[in-house]
Amino acid sequence: MARIESEVGTRAGAVMKWIDDRFPFSETMKYHVTEYYASKNFNWWYIFGVLAMVVLVIQILTGIFLTMNYKPSATEAFASVEYIMRDVEWGWLIRYAHSTGASFFFIVVYLHMFRAMLYGSYQKPRELIWIIGMMIFFALFAEAFAGYLLPWGQMSYWGAQVIISLAGAIPFVGDALVEWIRGDYSISDITLNRFFAFHVILIPLALVALVFVHIVALHHVGSNNPDGVEIKNKKGPDGVPLDGVAFHPYHTSKDLVGIIVFLMLFSAIVFFAPDMGGYFLEHANFEPANMMATPEHIAPVWYFTPFYAILRAVPDKLWGAILMAGSVLLPVFLPWLDQSRVKSIRYRGWIYKMALTLFAISFITLGWLGLQPAEGTYVLLARIFSVIYFAFFLLMPYYTRIDKTKPVPDRVVYHG
Amino acid sequence: MVEKMAAKKDRRGWFIMVGAVRISAALFIASGAFAATDLELERAGNDPDNIKSLQSGARNFMNYCAGCHSAKYVRFNTLARDLELSEDQLVNNLMFNAEKTFETIQATMPLDDAARWFGQPPPDMSLMARARGTDYVYNFLMSFYIDPESPTGVDNRVLPGTSMPHVLWELQGYQNAIFHEDENGNPEVVGLEPASKGTMTEDEFREFVVDTTNFLEYISEPIRSTRRVLGVWVLMFLIVFWIIASMLKKQIWKDVT
Repeated sequence: MARIESEVGTRAGAVMKWIDDRFPFSETMKYHVTEYYASKNFNWWYIFGVLAMVVLVIQILTGIFLTMNYKPSATEAFASVEYIMRDVEWGWLIRYAHSTGASFFFIVVYLHMFRAMLYGSYQKPRELIWIIGMMIFFALFAEAFAGYLLPWGQMSYWGAQVIISLAGAIPFVGDALVEWIRGDYSISDITLNRFFAFHVILIPLALVALVFVHIVALHHVGSNNPDGVEIKNKKGPDGVPLDGVAFHPYHTSKDLVGIIVFLMLFSAIVFFAPDMGGYFLEHANFEPANMMATPEHIAPVWYFTPFYAILRAVPDKLWGAILMAGSVLLPVFLPWLDQSRVKSIRYRGWIYKMALTLFAISFITLGWLGLQPAEGTYVLLARIFSVIYFAFFLLMPYYTRIDKTKPVPDRVVYHG
Repeated sequence: MVEKMAAKKDRRGWFIMVGAVRISAALFIASGAFAATDLELERAGNDPDNIKSLQSGARNFMNYCAGCHSAKYVRFNTLARDLELSEDQLVNNLMFNAEKTFETIQATMPLDDAARWFGQPPPDMSLMARARGTDYVYNFLMSFYIDPESPTGVDNRVLPGTSMPHVLWELQGYQNAIFHEDENGNPEVVGLEPASKGTMTEDEFREFVVDTTNFLEYISEPIRSTRRVLGVWVLMFLIVFWIIASMLKKQIWKDVT
């Protein structure tokens, strides 16, 4: 039974032994923390996984306190949010941290996913980590969507109206399905109550479970690195990977620096620009939901807009919905779409580098287009960039096979 | 029978509601957006850190706006604390229709009557500046002009067809619209000019509106100035923490080659 050696013979050591005989505490700590070895050459792209955990904790903690004061009722929801903002001690800070956290969750997760695409982290043997990660992403989508209805502002109401009505595009069962989701003939108190239940218990539970499984899978195969080299292939006489350093204290001390930098950005927004110019908190959402008056311009929150732009680029509602669903689902298949012999962008040829650049540009542009009215040039641009988005995934098996790759070194590149 | 009729009536209400949503949606699509958003808005240029301006704004609001408009999330005691007013000043100058200082700002006019008189109740002002922006509020208050066809005798350049009368006419005087024909031959307001003199000069009135706008911005987020002051301390703490954490990281990583 593994134990912390320095504590053998002491009273603390005896307590530890008592616990370890009954629960694998020391063993688990070693396996996941003090003797989990990850490459020493992680660059700043590798901070976003841990930052996603930080945001998850922020969201859960602030969420608990919001729930203590929020009223999930169509007549009281909007006023209860203003009550939190004005009358609850530190309520404004909790609410702003939660609303800023929602946007930061997506910023961090999008960058975390892009890191995986840069360094081929989804490739063998990490396909399952990627798929679990995509499930976390879908859960996050559902969580954000349900949460956005809760303040019961104009955008909450009409945004939900637009998105839920998409299900109505499905032939035959569409209308019945929409009614089933809403639980009413329009978005109402009933819808708000069930979305509250999804947002505070069902989806968070799923999220936490999926994050746990994501990390178990990661620690089983080991972390990738910017060179895409398997550090487990080169071990020292002690069985420790030559290029690996222990998660604690090495990566924890490094992550702490990254977390503080993140908290600076986060605080800068919470304290100085909580609306973020209408992108994090939309202006129209400061008006209470009114089913008699449609806002002049309905746009989902920024993190949904790349997919929303794809939806609107298609003239047919059903096909638009199908393509939007396709654009969200396609990345799941990346481990098999990518036929390259190398993982990291460092050793890939010009074709993949160009394809990934075009993908990044089209994703960001689609995000911007999703915020614009669907008319004229905007629609044309949305169509062009939608084609690029899909081409990146669908043509990947061909262009990754013919792309000229560079030789991959045996050990990771590290300059100290 | 009665129940059946009631059910029928309910359904009729439902159809009207759905119809209204559809028509309003169609109208919004047809008009592109509010004409208001197409109009180039002048900058309000208010400063929510200017307590004196906020005090004037509070006085303006309670005297000219609160008769019809509530600010139902705003408490008088919060107002007094943030605007540096004593309880006497608060009670004597601002609390016309409230008994206790913890009460919120309610409109003097009953909402039901208001809805009957104006077609819709005057909106609550707690979050107006945050929902529409201070420039919108400022320009709206500056832009009433004589329209003999309107039931209130005025229209507004920023929100055409508004049911709000020109409450500040005594101060500003009335304005005439300068019309211009657009490419389809329809008259279009291109500017406003004074039609009669008010009790205030143009500059005095502008200041009056800026102060009022300023107050509306303050009540839309009373915590604004607190969070900005606190934010500086939080960032300073994080910078110190960052320096220490960087040194710790360097120390721990010094043997890694």
